[in-house]
Amino acid sequence: MTELASQAEISDEIAQISKAYDAAGVTETRTRIDYPPYRSSVLRHPTKDLHPADPEGIELWAPVFGHQDVDPLEADLTIQHRGEPVGERMIVTGRVLDGEGRPVRHQLVEVWQANAGGRYIHQRDQHPAPLDPNFTGTGRCLTDGDGVYTFTTIKPGPYPWKNHRNAWRPAHIHFSLFGTEFTQRLITQMYFPGDPLFALDPIYQAITDQAARDRLVAAYDHDVTRPEWSTGYRWDIVLTGTHRTPLESDVEGAA
Amino acid sequence: MSALVPTPGQTIGPFFGYALPYDGDNLLVPVTRPDAIRLHGRVLDGAGDPVPDALIELWQTAPDGSVPRAAGSLHRDGYTFTGWGRASTDRTGRYQFTTLRPGGPTPYFALTIFARGLLDRLFTRAYLPGAAPASLRSLDATADDRGFVFDIRLQGDGETVFLQHARD
Repeated sequence: MTELASQAEISDEIAQISKAYDAAGVTETRTRIDYPPYRSSVLRHPTKDLHPADPEGIELWAPVFGHQDVDPLEADLTIQHRGEPVGERMIVTGRVLDGEGRPVRHQLVEVWQANAGGRYIHQRDQHPAPLDPNFTGTGRCLTDGDGVYTFTTIKPGPYPWKNHRNAWRPAHIHFSLFGTEFTQRLITQMYFPGDPLFALDPIYQAITDQAARDRLVAAYDHDVTRPEWSTGYRWDIVLTGTHRTPLESDVEGAA
Repeated sequence: MSALVPTPGQTIGPFFGYALPYDGDNLLVPVTRPDAIRLHGRVLDGAGDPVPDALIELWQTAPDGSVPRAAGSLHRDGYTFTGWGRASTDRTGRYQFTTLRPGGPTPYFALTIFARGLLDRLFTRAYLPGAAPASLRSLDATADDRGFVFDIRLQGDGETVFLQHARD
């Protein structure tokens, strides 16, 4: 096993890539898949250019999910056990939009996250922070007729990982999203404003453009906060553009 | 041209295993169904090693070529063909789906690939043998006794052709 790099070495690699990006002067909006500071990416990204393809047939449609797929209670991650989970209760809400700004209606949203101590329930997570017997950290919902999703959960903690020595991930919630077309499928991570770990994190920094990185950061919203109950965050998600105008029948399965 | 800039993707990470897989996720139809077929293969990295923490999603037409518009993929009733499924790779990098043969003029399985270490999703197509157009010939799956084999090589020798759709 090779010795782990230091944070200083990783930060230097991040800085070099950032400098080259600024010098190139071409705005990037997507995440780089070739980003060596994230060590696990080195052997897991294609080196050939993606092949341009016009979406056809099945790719112009997305799978349909409906009320038989998702129980409304799955949107509340704080009621899955007998007791209340530990941590800062929060509501996170926002809209799922397509590239033209149209709401993605009655479509599946899945989330998963660490608990307040930064521990995932996954058996591979060896972080010696406590598991919370009242928190699993998974949720699902369908967006409503305006493309709005809402989850009630606990603010996740940052957690250590082994990309390099003393590596810590900024607190985040994983989001999985579908659009009205197969080509819009997205899995990403939502972050919290002002996280001091942003500059140090090679996964967040794999988005080289600051404006693009900001699109993954939720906003604290006092109108979402509920008195004597929970804080509130708002985060809208934009999928790629559509190749076909969505139809009313795109959502018939949700009726 | 899109009016809005898309939200960037991020890696699925190492811990999706307790969140995204579910019972019956890769069984679009029951194994016992007479017309059930299997699509299976391995996910390999740039060193040729198996990727044990990848997630593959499949989306396809029905055998008659129609686009499935039925809900129910997360709680399958055993009869409704929803056309969509999800499979995690095992310790040896293998995935498999039990499904029906896709129909249509150029039948293929549309696949999305996620993995720890893969910073954004990848798209590809696994065509029924001989169905791929000339420019995508390498995306023909191989027939076996119960269905089709399609390996996914993320990098290096025989790297899979991944697709960029016109408006990504």
